[in-house]
Amino acid sequence: MIENIQLNSEGKLKHFLSIEGLNKTLLTEILDIADSFIGMNDQQIKKVPLLRGKTIVNLFFENSTRTRTTFELAAKRLSADVLSMSIATSSTSKGESLLDTIRNLEAMFVDMFVVRHAISGAAHFIAQHTSPHISVINAGDGQHAHPTQAMLDMFTIRQVKPDFSNLRVAIIGDILHSRVARSQIQALNILGAAEVRVIAPKTLLPSHVESLGVNVSHDLTSGLKDIDVIIMLRLQKERMTSALLPSESEYFKCFGLTEAKLKIAKPDAIVMHPGPINRGVEIDSKVADGPQSVILKQVSNGIAIRMAIMAMAMQKQGAVG
Amino acid sequence: MLDINDLLNTLEAELKRVIVERGLVDPLMIGIRTGGVWVAEQLHQRLGIRDELALLDISFYRDDFSQIGVNPNVKPSQLPQDIKGRDIILIDDVFYTGRTIRAALNEIFDYGRPSQVVLAVLIERNGKEIPLCPDCVGTSIKLNAGQRIKLTGPSPLSIHLQTLDAVA
Repeated sequence: MIENIQLNSEGKLKHFLSIEGLNKTLLTEILDIADSFIGMNDQQIKKVPLLRGKTIVNLFFENSTRTRTTFELAAKRLSADVLSMSIATSSTSKGESLLDTIRNLEAMFVDMFVVRHAISGAAHFIAQHTSPHISVINAGDGQHAHPTQAMLDMFTIRQVKPDFSNLRVAIIGDILHSRVARSQIQALNILGAAEVRVIAPKTLLPSHVESLGVNVSHDLTSGLKDIDVIIMLRLQKERMTSALLPSESEYFKCFGLTEAKLKIAKPDAIVMHPGPINRGVEIDSKVADGPQSVILKQVSNGIAIRMAIMAMAMQKQGAVG
Repeated sequence: MLDINDLLNTLEAELKRVIVERGLVDPLMIGIRTGGVWVAEQLHQRLGIRDELALLDISFYRDDFSQIGVNPNVKPSQLPQDIKGRDIILIDDVFYTGRTIRAALNEIFDYGRPSQVVLAVLIERNGKEIPLCPDCVGTSIKLNAGQRIKLTGPSPLSIHLQTLDAVA
């Protein structure tokens, strides 16, 4: 269902809502185009004219710092006019419905919405109901998907380890509530990673997790063996109250990444984290700031990958329908 | 038919003349991907340019983005970080509508403000659409509406005349 509306009649990107339903060629194209945007960092004027005269609205119904700012910077580097709205503090608190908000913004001649929302499927809903000339990018919806984060992670991995077919990737932590993990698993499988392994306590794994195309481990020490890429997930502290976990220190003891545990993985393994990190909960500071960490690289790469996705979604959308 | 070496010889001589005439000092040579880079590689060597050849990919600066979208084969441009005050020799294979050169100049100026830019192309053909023209040419030719000229390379570098019907 989602894959149909993401692509136009020529098979080109129109909306970017989920990794699901996109093929390897398209994902690789996104990574390749992002590569060229990285080169722009040498320019004195860090701007290209691709989206001059276009208006992009960041609709953030949920808080975010990294994602919103990198989307905003990406739009500006493409020369678009960009408006960032935190809707939690805006009209919706006065009772306006989501569709009314969208209709009003459409009346201001907007070309693209970047949407973050706490409800799964929100971006998809907006894409279905908005005017045909408008593109929608999902910047995270509920527990469903965070596809631009997954793509910037793929990009960061490829910079260091170009051949996915040799890679064993471990995703560690709260898989159950993580939209990032879901999108990462899909992207890694589409790009042909040798193995995707999830490592988590049983209470933080969705039922039938194997059906996503992953191997499962409940033990960090044995689970890290032969791993090339370690992706740590943020432990959402609000989960602690819901009796899924005994305590933060207990969690750190079992599933926190320390220098000693990192040694179990391959010696050239890289450590990733989508942020924000909880130091001493899921990851030790020495690892987060250590030589194998690419966490800040992920943030920089977020700009280039979002530029690529926005530029691709904004190209001519032929006859709609 | 056009002989690539004749054209390169002419272009080299033309460039040498213009370098003196315009007083270019320690110029930076920039080739436009893809054909322009192949031509520039030859001239870079022949003229003994000191700085490494710079490469320009104008995909992000094209004026037809809204019609054709992002070129999926785009490669990063490789220009020195600071080109402020530099003398630049810009090289392309074919000068046709002039739109590529407009895009190239816009991109170059986003890297800094050069002192001067000289444009050299292997072949200038009819069909100009904007008021720009090359400073040095290997040759100027007149083609019919359905004809186009294409360079293949990098080695051997050769020129092909195509009629659009045949390209399909």
